[in-house]
Amino acid sequence: MSDRIFGIVGLVLALGYAYAATQIEESFLSDAVGPKAFPLIIAAILGLASIAIILKPDASPDWPSVGRLVEVLAATVVLILYAELLPVTGFVIATALASAYLTWRLGSKPLATLITGIGTSLGIYVIFHLVLGLSLARGPLGI
Amino acid sequence: MDTLSSLADGFAIALTWQNILLALLGCFLGTIMGALPGLGPSNGVAILIPLAFTLGLGATPSLILLTSVYYGAMYGGRISSILLNIPGDEPAMMTCLDGHPMALKGMAGQALSLSGLASFVGSFFATWGLIFLAPQLVKIALLFGPAEYFALFALAFMTLGGVSSTNQAKSAFAAALGLGLAMIGVDTQTGVPRFTFGEVHLYDGIDFLVAIVGLFALSEVFIFLEHRHGSASTNRKVEIGRLSPPMSMIKQTTPTMLRSTVLGFIAGVLPGAGASLGSFISYSFEKRLVDPQSKTFGKGDPRGVAAPEAGNNAAAGGALVPMLALGVPGSGTTAVLLAVLLSLNITPGPLLFTQNPDVVWGLIAALFIANFMLLAMNIPMVGLFTRVLMVPPRILMPIVAMVSFVGIYGISGSSFDLLVMVGFGVMGWILRKFDVPLVPIILGTLLGNAMESNLRRAITIDNGNWFTLIDSPLAITLWVIAIIGFILPLIFGRKVKSQMSQRRDEEGSIKD
Repeated sequence: MSDRIFGIVGLVLALGYAYAATQIEESFLSDAVGPKAFPLIIAAILGLASIAIILKPDASPDWPSVGRLVEVLAATVVLILYAELLPVTGFVIATALASAYLTWRLGSKPLATLITGIGTSLGIYVIFHLVLGLSLARGPLGI
Repeated sequence: MDTLSSLADGFAIALTWQNILLALLGCFLGTIMGALPGLGPSNGVAILIPLAFTLGLGATPSLILLTSVYYGAMYGGRISSILLNIPGDEPAMMTCLDGHPMALKGMAGQALSLSGLASFVGSFFATWGLIFLAPQLVKIALLFGPAEYFALFALAFMTLGGVSSTNQAKSAFAAALGLGLAMIGVDTQTGVPRFTFGEVHLYDGIDFLVAIVGLFALSEVFIFLEHRHGSASTNRKVEIGRLSPPMSMIKQTTPTMLRSTVLGFIAGVLPGAGASLGSFISYSFEKRLVDPQSKTFGKGDPRGVAAPEAGNNAAAGGALVPMLALGVPGSGTTAVLLAVLLSLNITPGPLLFTQNPDVVWGLIAALFIANFMLLAMNIPMVGLFTRVLMVPPRILMPIVAMVSFVGIYGISGSSFDLLVMVGFGVMGWILRKFDVPLVPIILGTLLGNAMESNLRRAITIDNGNWFTLIDSPLAITLWVIAIIGFILPLIFGRKVKSQMSQRRDEEGSIKD
């Protein structure tokens, strides 16, 4: 069943892709093929593959329980927040928070969480910024 | 003799302090990444690419670093297979079968050193194979026009699912998805934006490094979160025992190693096979040859340890042949290495050998150097790497995630790319759940634009005649191989995969 839904999503994606391809504006200076043809071929393959998946689905994957699903979702939100906050708070603070969150969710105890978070952040800062000279995001504290 | 003098030049390039140091670092990191379950050659290399860039390394040094990681990971995978019965990466799957029983018999040290030796034999001879085969392939590739290149790209995609693929529809789906992503951005030939939806950030297209790191590295973090697999695979101290195999064991396994090297190398060169298949074929062939009644295989036969290790390392060298000579990789890790070359503005393929001989031969020389370093690291120092296995994922995975972010941010300095990367991470997780292979997606984003421009060039040269694509014998041959390669797994796929999948888990989507 999961595969059927996956195939339907794929089919919708293929149709949307084909529609978006037809909307590409052709420039008057075009070659014999033009910018639309190849995307349309891709959309066709995507669609055919999706139909094949709908017609001949594999066994359903082992879906995680709702709790684990929420876990993955929450991690996604944290990583999105991390991406957004990185330029605001600076590298060290944002990274310490994000890695503390991840290690906590993977089962670290409170004290270990704190140490791992700060350690990861400072470790990367020292190796990548101070030793290797990579430019990392700078926050209000200058780090 | 031409080849040997080029190789000598290569050694002159590779033997600088910086390059030797990079090779050493690469070998060390690679072995660790190979040994840790959850990090394999393709995601290991993926994480380090942005680094190589932001450090401002040139083409040859970056390649030396990253291929050393690649070779190192191939060596390292066996360590956790033997000690823990958990393959450190996908190609090391078959090593579990006899390696772990050997460890249980108290011969862990011998299994480790024997497999290290087998790895060395495999990759040493495969590197020689690379030296002699790649220039021959280049001679053929120089005859290719745009139509043949288009057919070659199609061949790469159609065979990428590999002999072990059960669901060709999903491979095709993944390839189309990757190609579709490559189309995003301004069309290089007419200058019109495509699929950008007015978002300025997308005009340049999606950076394939962002896609690779997201799909390979971040999705792994999600998998670990999903299973809350946070504790180390081992808490007990593993008894290593004596570290050198007796001469009789080496003598017994020498023919095995040589046979497996040949098989593995061939599997590596062929499109869509890669190292996992190389070790699988070597193991099954060896078993059928010397132990058809399975009296000793599966119970700790040293030949069952030597065969898959020689096989997968030989395949790793073999897989570099099509990547360097044709610019078309046949496996996950070589696809990632192709991304490195493309980002350095080097176009792999036949012209690479004439235009950048320093890169090619420097790389090949570095492979030899790396091989000797790995042999030295993997036999006497193997105890060090077994200790790495005790680092629990709850500490490791946050580091992997954060280093991925650092690398991508270091290249572009934009939050937008980080968000795209998170998107790819989630997508990778979902696709892995559905058993959709990730490698065709990467290959699609890498080769999409080249594939399209070859198509358009071929047809424009022939005044809009689409049949020009199947106009030359060479092109027709390529198409025939592509179609056979696509259909064959539909017939044999289930059988091979069910044999292989006894030991496979969700790593199946990132195979090499």
